[in-house]
Amino acid sequence: MTEVAERSKILEGLNTRFSSLNNSSDFHAIRQKAFDFINEKGLPHPKNEEYKFTNVTRILEKQFDISKKSGHAVGKSDVDALVFEGLDVIKLVFINGEFSLELSDIEETKGLKISSIGKAIESNDPQFLALFGEATKNNNDEFAALNTALVEDGSFITVADNSIIEKPIALFFINDATNDKNYTNSRNLISIGKNSQVDFLELFSTKGNNDSFTNIVTEILVDENAHGNYYKIQNNNDNASHIGTTQIHQKRSSVFSTYTFTLNGGTVRNNLNIAVDGEGCESHMYGLYVVNGKTHVDNHTAADHIRPHSMSNELYKGILEDNARGVFNGKVYVRQAAQKTNAFQSNKNILLSDTSTVNTKPQLEIWADDVKCSHGCTTGQLDEDALFYLRARGLSKTSARAMLLYAFAIEVIESVKLEPLKNYLEHIISERLHKDF
Amino acid sequence: MLKIKDLHASIEDKEILKGINLEVKAGEVHAIMGPNGSGKSTLASVLAGREDYEVTAGSAEFGGKDLLEMAAEERAREGVFLAFQYPIEIPGVSTTNFMKTALNQVREHKGLDPLDAVSFLKLMKEKMQLVEIDQSLLSRSLNEGFSGGEKKRNEIFQMAMLEPKLSILDETDSGLDIDALKIVANGVNTLKNKDNATIVVTHYQRLLDYIVPDFVHVLYKGRIVKSGTKDLALELEEKGYDWIKEEVDATI
Ligand SMILES: Nc1ncnc2c1ncn2[C@@H]1O[C@H](COP(=O)(O)OP(=O)(O)OP(=O)(O)O)[C@@H](O)[C@H]1O
Ligand SMILES: [Mg+2]
Repeated sequence: MTEVAERSKILEGLNTRFSSLNNSSDFHAIRQKAFDFINEKGLPHPKNEEYKFTNVTRILEKQFDISKKSGHAVGKSDVDALVFEGLDVIKLVFINGEFSLELSDIEETKGLKISSIGKAIESNDPQFLALFGEATKNNNDEFAALNTALVEDGSFITVADNSIIEKPIALFFINDATNDKNYTNSRNLISIGKNSQVDFLELFSTKGNNDSFTNIVTEILVDENAHGNYYKIQNNNDNASHIGTTQIHQKRSSVFSTYTFTLNGGTVRNNLNIAVDGEGCESHMYGLYVVNGKTHVDNHTAADHIRPHSMSNELYKGILEDNARGVFNGKVYVRQAAQKTNAFQSNKNILLSDTSTVNTKPQLEIWADDVKCSHGCTTGQLDEDALFYLRARGLSKTSARAMLLYAFAIEVIESVKLEPLKNYLEHIISERLHKDF
Repeated sequence: MLKIKDLHASIEDKEILKGINLEVKAGEVHAIMGPNGSGKSTLASVLAGREDYEVTAGSAEFGGKDLLEMAAEERAREGVFLAFQYPIEIPGVSTTNFMKTALNQVREHKGLDPLDAVSFLKLMKEKMQLVEIDQSLLSRSLNEGFSGGEKKRNEIFQMAMLEPKLSILDETDSGLDIDALKIVANGVNTLKNKDNATIVVTHYQRLLDYIVPDFVHVLYKGRIVKSGTKDLALELEEKGYDWIKEEVDATI
């Protein structure tokens, strides 16, 4: 099939899906606007600079049966399998995109309001309608728009002012592709009040080996002096494609950290955009991808410094083997008003095979004159001298290699503040470095 | 213990070792001296099993086994130890951290049980005292921000932990002040016994006042061109290498 024919077929499929949506809620107008945008703009083309190295539109060529809801056999044991040791959380579970009250565990917590997006849409929740799309206002990404047009479910979470939420909130997205392909558009809308503090986890996993596709968007509004950590753990199977957009808006004196761990998947594209829209803000972006096989992982990040006296700090590291491909694009904007900005960025990669590749590109655009910015990218092989040193002390090649790779990865893992997650990552990554790599 | 016969080795098709003959017996200390670039470190690396070098001819036997057949880690487990001329930095890996794995893999090779955490710590404490090294240094990233003396002491510390049969010290004395030199030499002498042997590579006779060699060899242009007792080192200290170079260059 020609590419043009293929693309029009994809749009046709999306149209079918869009038409099948309930159009009676107030939210439908928002959907319609987003869908019009896609019809007008089309889906990203490989010639599109933003998607140069990652042909995302091809994911949709897999002809996900657009109107049919896929069945699933996900039970408590599947969720329990994902809950690692010591993880004591408020749990929201989504199966094939749909909220499962039965599998979730939502504890009444002062200052915390949790609802499903599905319910918020259905009930025309005025607070939801007011906050939705606030953070993504300036996002012109086609897949973010597609998510808005087709969103099925997700979480709507608000943290009131002056609230310290002790337990982290974990969002589990489990796709069951055992019998059918599946394609979901999940959305999270999170609003963190003034002086409040809360941690989140987004955990992804797949069952079954049919193709699946998740196009998820998370909007986070961080109010003045609020603190938060957002951990994303992507460990899907080889046939699972994933486009994840995290859109954060930070107000004055807020401190927010994001962590993106990619352990497996088919095509994975992460868009992380942070508007540093207040003085005295701190934004940290950490990422670690440890991938092999044919996994393709693309991290596009953007820190937009709008006001003075803020800092952003970014550290992304990757270990790639076999035919794995990595893409890193880190944008830092420092607007004219954002004097005294400190912005640091670093992307480091180790390639363990001749057939793995990384394309890394820092992109700094600075209009202010009194700023401190630095960036650095490195891609190389494992240090042969270090390997020899350890072997000369009696370590097997496998142990020496695993030790060096672990030492490389640990810098990111160490930044994780949530102890059980840190232990889990330490464990899973060291195990993998011994086995697969 | 070690028998090297007509050993030739090259890197990137450039021949560096051009027929080394050397026999080291248990209980002996051999010093190898020689001008810069003569191949001393190359010899040490080839013996330790660095794969960048290609052995093109000759043999090396260690304890009756073919050394050149073994991978670097096997040589270490059999008891070969190289104290590096330029110990590298390894960010994120501490001495404590890799020594525990190293020691237990060496023990496993010898058919011994792994050391538990307590015994390991006890052994560490004992060896730390020997080279007067601080525990905090050992839990930091290897050699990152270490002074020259700390790096060298750390090498000897590792040697003390592993108790090798054959230690090759590549310029472990270079850049050390007299106090550090004494500490290093004392460490080496304490570990010395009738069953092990040491090869010290050095430019300076000074070290040999503290670690007294049974033999001194001069390596030049990839060959051992002169051997003698410790008096040879004194003679070299006094007269330099030119007379040897002239002797050798005249015969080529
Ligand atoms: N990786 C390499 N590639 C090419 N040539 C090399 C390499 N390593 C060493 N050489 C060359 O081999 C020769 C011997 O070097 P080696 O380091 O063994 O000398 P050395 O006797 O230890 O010198 P020094 O006293 O300065 O430490 C030198 O000419 C050096 O340039
Ligand atoms: Mg040398």
